[in-house]
Amino acid sequence: MAMNAIYALLAVLAITAAGLVGGQVTPARIALTEVIPYAAVTCFLAGFCWRIARWASAPVPFRIPVTCGQQKSLSWIRSAPVDNPSTLPGVLARMAAEILLFRSLFRNQRARIGGGRLILGETGALWLSALAFHWALLLILLRHLRLFLEPVPAFVNSLERLDGFFQLGVPPLYLSDVILIGALAYLIFRRFRDPAVRFISLFTDYFALFLLLGTAVTGILMRYFVRVDVLSVKELALSLAALRPAAAQALAPMFLAHLLLVCTLAAYVPFSKLMHMGGVFLSPTRNLANDSRAFRHANPWNHPVKTHTYAEWEEEFRDKIQAAGIPVEVAEGAGDAGNARTN
Amino acid sequence: MPETLVQIEQRAPHGDWRDAHVEFRKGSICYSAAPKNLSYLGLPNARLWQPTDADWKLPPDWKRILLDGMRERLRKYRSFRLFMDICVRCGACADKCHFYLGSADPKNMPVMRAELMRSIYRRYFTLTGRIFRGLAGARELTEDVVKEWFYYFYQCTECRRCSVFCPYGIDTAEITMMGRELLNLIGCNTNWVLEPAANCFRTGNHLGIQPHGFKDSIDFAAEEASEITGLDIEVPINRKGAEVLFVMPSADYFGTPHYYTLLGYLMLFREIGLDYTVSAYASEGGNFGLFSSHEMMKRLNAKIYDEARRLGVKWILGGECGHMWRVLHQYMDTMNGPAGFLEVPKSPITGTVFANARSAKAVHICEFTADLIHHGKLKLDSRRNDHWIATYHDSCNPARAMGLLEEPRYILKNVCRNFHEMPENTIREQTFCCGSGAGLGTDENLKMRLRGGFPRANAVKYVKEKHGVNLLTCICAIDKATLPTLLEYWVPGVEVAGVHELLGNALVMTGEKQRATDLRGEPFAAPTQAAEPAIEANHA
Repeated sequence: MAMNAIYALLAVLAITAAGLVGGQVTPARIALTEVIPYAAVTCFLAGFCWRIARWASAPVPFRIPVTCGQQKSLSWIRSAPVDNPSTLPGVLARMAAEILLFRSLFRNQRARIGGGRLILGETGALWLSALAFHWALLLILLRHLRLFLEPVPAFVNSLERLDGFFQLGVPPLYLSDVILIGALAYLIFRRFRDPAVRFISLFTDYFALFLLLGTAVTGILMRYFVRVDVLSVKELALSLAALRPAAAQALAPMFLAHLLLVCTLAAYVPFSKLMHMGGVFLSPTRNLANDSRAFRHANPWNHPVKTHTYAEWEEEFRDKIQAAGIPVEVAEGAGDAGNARTN
Repeated sequence: MPETLVQIEQRAPHGDWRDAHVEFRKGSICYSAAPKNLSYLGLPNARLWQPTDADWKLPPDWKRILLDGMRERLRKYRSFRLFMDICVRCGACADKCHFYLGSADPKNMPVMRAELMRSIYRRYFTLTGRIFRGLAGARELTEDVVKEWFYYFYQCTECRRCSVFCPYGIDTAEITMMGRELLNLIGCNTNWVLEPAANCFRTGNHLGIQPHGFKDSIDFAAEEASEITGLDIEVPINRKGAEVLFVMPSADYFGTPHYYTLLGYLMLFREIGLDYTVSAYASEGGNFGLFSSHEMMKRLNAKIYDEARRLGVKWILGGECGHMWRVLHQYMDTMNGPAGFLEVPKSPITGTVFANARSAKAVHICEFTADLIHHGKLKLDSRRNDHWIATYHDSCNPARAMGLLEEPRYILKNVCRNFHEMPENTIREQTFCCGSGAGLGTDENLKMRLRGGFPRANAVKYVKEKHGVNLLTCICAIDKATLPTLLEYWVPGVEVAGVHELLGNALVMTGEKQRATDLRGEPFAAPTQAAEPAIEANHA
């Protein structure tokens, strides 16, 4: 399975290389800066909507929340309104905890067998790295709004100040960059190190990680090491946003590599597990209230089924029922109780 | 007991999971369903075969049937489509499965169990899978894959523990249910699931007990309860106009230690003067349809509401059973409701309205009894359980598909003075399965059951060593049937009992004779007298 990781790495390196050299040739540069970004964004938006619509169009026939706490039953028993919600606010709180804080992953505790015993050990590493990664990514995406909006919104400036709070180096080091790289590195390392996770990992798992890492690394190189002309980048971004793409002649290769990686990532999302960002909202084990005995949940395709009716049952066993002194609907010999099924 | 010792150890997975070949070994598989059961239920491809055969005699167009079946279910269940798509293979679920911990078989990791299905989904239902095949994690659907599905979807107890830890709530029980539904379409099913289903369809209960046999069993229990208490205890059967229809798993009147729980119910109902009836037609609360297909679940469940309507009762009270309560709580009203002909359940003793059951009209016996105790309606002498040092095993379905956690504990703490919890990551919503649920509790599968039940047994061992626990209580018929074997193997000296058995021991009944033994005929630890002031229920 190691080949999966190698292929994924090669694929991401190839994309990076294409970006780095693409700027040298005019048609390729135009494709990179004027065609691919639109194609990628279109692919992302259309694909994302398509996937969500596909899920949403499938009904939820049964109310199947996984309950992770005490139900709401007797008034004097304290229920768990978030982990086992029975109301809409409870469900919203549960979803918020799941999406913003990764509640379920937080429960993660490694189990292993040692000396014929089950040993449960704490491990917050997966939860912490996953949470750190996602929040850092969100922060970085929001910071990038600076490139697309003129004037730059105040909250973007505030985020930047917060992110560069430690004032380390010139330009100031963004905390989110450090966290993102650290978390990604851990998540990749974990896929290699943990034999169980290595066993289950597909090409696509490594590809998504390397693609994100490649994007982050090219971005960081640009900011801290290989300086690029930010003004021309912003010009391109604004022109793209205004649907009048006009690329400057001299865009840095590192920027083009970064751009191509971002476009690949965006276009890849709808075809991949990265759709979990939309799917998590629709998960029926999490987004339903545990109130299926209090309110009837309707199933839109509640097909009729063949049952074994009481009349059929009594017809088959009538003599035995009567002999046992159990009341019957139709006394022996009083007529046909229906289409009894016997064998 | 297996001839060779079951060794539990940790082994790192190796090899490539895409290789679908499975070796079927005796002791770790369930046998195929007998053709007569398939025929009776009208299921396809009834034939003689065994999983160990090379030729499974699949229908000629099995592949088309499976793929059409998948397509239909992807359209009908959002859960299925979503869970096929969004897994990121983070591996958080891997070590949460009792079968993975007990067998070290990497395909028992919940993520892997689902990948067995996902790889087929990708190949036939996604663009990337069709184009990139293996690179996109897609596999061809072959007969080996069918066999692999059979092996691993009958090596999952649908306990939902992995789903508690999944960041997207992916529920392996849903995937296993779909897997089994699909396998049912081509006649690959197990007898331990389909024989109870066929029996239940015909006679009303899993065990195939006919009405006169049902009456005998119930009468026998009523007589024994009468003998123990010196009171006249009778159980009405199919009585029209009763207030409550009481439904229990058939094991309660045919199995041990379930039987003592039945005695406990009967004594409780006699003491509070409940106006109730049991039914020889709806003589099964359990539902092996849940382990076969949604359709079968609905077919078997229908008789509960039908019988409640016929008898003209006001509401339904349900006994101690795990998967029965998954069906009653999450499926019954949707499948066979609305039950407008019933009334909102209200305790005739305390006046408590069970608003949480106001639509489905089915109340769990632990909710009902906890309410009685809370209102001081029962006289309890918890010293009568002093010979037990108890712990409580949360049965998977009441815990993770309902959240019935405190009610049984409240009862236990009022009827038993020695109670110790197992470690917190092995109880409540994180409870470990008995390893025999979802239709796997058959003896031919004993080795795998002992492996799957190991984490649960090990947690029991912990409290046995620490607190001297000698009784594992639970509220599930499958637990009561299979945990004794599990504990005998891993933790000898710990018995299994239902919560209402201990209630029956502690219940001081009006006018009862002096009792010297518990419901099992074992002497009480210290002589107690009904005349003495009994320990009152906790009103806190």
